[in-house]
Amino acid sequence: MDGIHDLGGMDGFGPVDVERDEPVFHAAWERTVFGLVIGRAVAGLGGTDEFRHAIERMDPAHYLTSSYYEHWLTGLATLLVERGIVTPAELARRAGGAFPLSRPVAGGAPAAGAPVAAPRFAPGDRVRVRNVHTRGHTRCPRYVRGHAGIVVRVDPASPVPDVAAHAPGAPAEPAYGVRFLARDLWGDDADERTTVTVDLWDRYLEAP
Amino acid sequence: MSAHDDDHHHPAPVSPVEARARALEELLVEKGILRRDVVDAIVHAYENDIGPMNAAKVVARAWTDPAYRARLLADGTAAIAELGFGGAEGEHLRVVENTPAVHNVVVCTLCSCYPWPVLGLPPAWYKSAPYRARMVREPRVVLREMGCDVPDAVEIRVWDSSAEQRYFVLPERPAGTDGLDEDALARLVTRDAMIGTQRP
Repeated sequence: MDGIHDLGGMDGFGPVDVERDEPVFHAAWERTVFGLVIGRAVAGLGGTDEFRHAIERMDPAHYLTSSYYEHWLTGLATLLVERGIVTPAELARRAGGAFPLSRPVAGGAPAAGAPVAAPRFAPGDRVRVRNVHTRGHTRCPRYVRGHAGIVVRVDPASPVPDVAAHAPGAPAEPAYGVRFLARDLWGDDADERTTVTVDLWDRYLEAP
Repeated sequence: MSAHDDDHHHPAPVSPVEARARALEELLVEKGILRRDVVDAIVHAYENDIGPMNAAKVVARAWTDPAYRARLLADGTAAIAELGFGGAEGEHLRVVENTPAVHNVVVCTLCSCYPWPVLGLPPAWYKSAPYRARMVREPRVVLREMGCDVPDAVEIRVWDSSAEQRYFVLPERPAGTDGLDEDALARLVTRDAMIGTQRP
């Protein structure tokens, strides 16, 4: 989905605010939330892609005005409500107030497609990122779609997140490190000696 | 009224997000979904045993042992496992090497992927919207703002951790460190140098 989480290249955020000597957790509740999310993985309640998609579906205004661990809390609670483990009413009653959750899934898994047995591309190949705007989960950032780059690395096949976030049994596909010139992504004003390498699954790519 | 009485009658107010975290934890423990002791042990490890000192040992080894450096750059996961590090969010570790001509920097624009077993949990700024939005667009400017001046002649390579690989940077060995052993070198290596937002 073209959600608020897909931040690459957006303007208007201002400087990066660096906190010196930052603690691992800023408050006890952050530690709690980290533990709950790890515990959810240990308990087998939803994979990484499903969890990420639950965060991506947060209301954009809530996403931008809440911290990382509040994203985790909201995504986890949403995932557990959707699995029927807790109810929104239980959460709100126990919290003593509103318990905002993410919006419902708007797009399911794409067709699994034929398994990609062998990598279609090799290092040095020029490839283009397909212009696909799925309503479900994807790990193909908006800012590279439609752009051409060079394959710099072929990685082993792994489950396609676009499917894995929505359904069991996702097919495995090779992924590639694809290097883009900053000028191809951002225009002639971009730095001429900058590249951005993005890791992309096979199905995100086509011959240019 | 004494401080004790004050605490007793007026406990510190619980913020809404804190109340929500507590609510979810209580419900999951009551329903038997989670065990507090299991979760506590894992969290404790991230607070105490897992952090950038792990990757610093990898870097110091690479600075002092050319054969190890070659193995590290060829297969990060395997070479890092030689030093005993690996696990969640470190199943596919990849080390990118700074040279006089190339500066590397790591980001995750879609969430906040980070090589946990060797760098620990990421700092808040790494997870922040400005870093994730801008590092792929104008890295030289962002780095300069963060106090990391990369000369215009040096190529910047940004790595967006969008799939399974988790990256960290092998910084250049600082000048004047010829006499130092591996332990002393490891103490020189900072987390930010291994993310790529600092040059030693």
